[in-house]
Amino acid sequence: MTTPEAAAPMLAIRDLRVSFPTDDGVVHAVNGMDLTLARGETVGIVGESGSGKTVTSQALMGLLKDTAAEVTGQILLDGQDLNTLTETRMRAYRGKKIAMIFQDPLSAMHPFYPVGAQIAEAYRVHNDVSKKAAAQVAVDMLGRVGIPDPKRRCAAYPHEFSGGMRQRAMIAMALVCEPELLIADEPTTALDVTVQAQILDLLNELQDETGTSVILVTHDLGVVAEVCHQVVVMYGGECVEQATVAKLFEDPRHPYTQGLLASMPSLAQRSERLNPIPGFPPSLLALPNGCLFADRCPKTHLVPDDACGTRRPTLTGLDGHPSRCHLETLQPTGEVAR
Amino acid sequence: MTPLLEVTDLTKHFPTRSRGFRPGGGGIKAVDGVSFSVDAGQTLGLVGESGCGKSTTGRLLMRLLEPTSGSVRLDGREIAELRSSELQEYRRRVQMVFQNPSSSLNPRQSVGSAIAAPLLAQRITPAGGVKAKVRDLMDRVGLRPDHYNRFPHEFSGGQKQRVGIARALALDPQLIICDEPVSALDVSVQAQVINLLEDIQRDTGVAYLFIAHDLSVVQHFADRIAVMYLGKIMEYGDTPRVFGAPEHPYTRALLSAVPQPDPAADRSGRIRLKGDLPSPADPPRGCVFQSRCPVHTQLDPQRRRLCSESVPSGDIACHHADVAAEMLATTTSR
Repeated sequence: MTTPEAAAPMLAIRDLRVSFPTDDGVVHAVNGMDLTLARGETVGIVGESGSGKTVTSQALMGLLKDTAAEVTGQILLDGQDLNTLTETRMRAYRGKKIAMIFQDPLSAMHPFYPVGAQIAEAYRVHNDVSKKAAAQVAVDMLGRVGIPDPKRRCAAYPHEFSGGMRQRAMIAMALVCEPELLIADEPTTALDVTVQAQILDLLNELQDETGTSVILVTHDLGVVAEVCHQVVVMYGGECVEQATVAKLFEDPRHPYTQGLLASMPSLAQRSERLNPIPGFPPSLLALPNGCLFADRCPKTHLVPDDACGTRRPTLTGLDGHPSRCHLETLQPTGEVAR
Repeated sequence: MTPLLEVTDLTKHFPTRSRGFRPGGGGIKAVDGVSFSVDAGQTLGLVGESGCGKSTTGRLLMRLLEPTSGSVRLDGREIAELRSSELQEYRRRVQMVFQNPSSSLNPRQSVGSAIAAPLLAQRITPAGGVKAKVRDLMDRVGLRPDHYNRFPHEFSGGQKQRVGIARALALDPQLIICDEPVSALDVSVQAQVINLLEDIQRDTGVAYLFIAHDLSVVQHFADRIAVMYLGKIMEYGDTPRVFGAPEHPYTRALLSAVPQPDPAADRSGRIRLKGDLPSPADPPRGCVFQSRCPVHTQLDPQRRRLCSESVPSGDIACHHADVAAEMLATTTSR
């Protein structure tokens, strides 16, 4: 297995932080996010609502530029720091190098324009071609994402499509300029399971064909297990654990990840009782000094000197499987009582 | 023993108006001849994809909608015949928990008075007074006494759902209809609420009709399961049987489409359904699942013709359940 470092990462995020000033104080939505992604790889960002996964993807797309949000840290795409780019220069990247698909395709598409015209427009922004040629590209693209009779369907409006077809059209629009990085923010959350399976298959196929790297933002660990190579687990705006998919499910290190996996009802085996994580996620307005997970964590008693309550742990760990937990530094072998 | 709730051939058609050249047709058959029963103290899971009629079924049972035809009996009493005073009595015995706790709570009503509302509406004064009863309910669902005067916006999603559950429990109902009670919640909080619902059932003996689209939650929670598709029940049976040995092709496809949180899981047996749900205004004749059925295309013409005939009543709504399992096994192993 190749580690992302060895393959010269296409995308590297270093200490990304995003905060929003509000009337109630500063909301720290992302507090130190690190991520590396190799070409052709799929990384999943998992977390619960408010864990900062969507804000991270918005920062990557440069959607927080010219807003009140304060974004610090580096977002290196092929060595170029996107965070330092102006909005005007970012436009050359958006759609061409990075594209995004959203959870709800109906609100992400323009209701008054035919689907084909919207795909063609996305193509013409970055390619100097005639309208007619772009329209043909749109037809081909709709065909590639598995929409039957693409020529006729290009003239249809978004509301005439079903949920699954709309998501296919969104994917066509995002991939029409063959971007190097596709950010998919909860692409299947609004879909039914049978349609979700179709869309995940499609994403896998297209990735094999085009070699695009994908960041898949989701709350569903099942989806992650199906399509991702790498996983980043987020909690309270921090990356708490990063691993390959196989390692994360086989040997979760961070107590939050362990809790998350234990709290899910499983189809494979019926348990008598679920094991929820007690309590609620921290408020992003007033973050505690210690570990953000400390007040819900069942393992704080294993760490001496109340370190969990007073010091914020750093992301540490061996063999490309870091976890943000004091237990990691206690016994570097990782053989603590898990 | 008669079941607590018995639903027979329940049907709800919403009329569609003809517009210009577009014919009105026969309306939308949101629920089309659905039958099931819920025993006291048991849980029935109603699962299906969006638009299959599971929420409409829940609303029909509450008589928030009037059925087109069919019967719903609670303890043998037909609910369509209840007059307004009897309906009030019925609502005391059957309560509902909604999917979105934010929109089912009044933002300007304190949590304490929201939980007290059913008691006041039914003019019931419990021993010890309304306030004491509300405090007791809040304690039972895991809310602190000082939450009494707070407003919904001060609570997280999981806590709001606890308020919704406390309100449903206020009248000591025999049956609670839970319409997607945990699908708006995060996984870690979802497990808290499921455990709470289970504790309540153990302590009070309440029965649940649990409407959900998340199959793993339903499997954990339900004693019996009804799988719906386009207004009809495709498969009905005890949970271990339906999940362990599903017989209807749709149930099999639905189960195999659920993403497994295990990268090493064997996915070779997966059944992929093509296309989308047909419009409920114009469902296929006969078996409603035939347009997406993975078995349908493999049948010999003589058997295939059967699919356009109405499906015989029974727990498995399939003409070919006898051969379906074998056929699906051979196609997916290729």
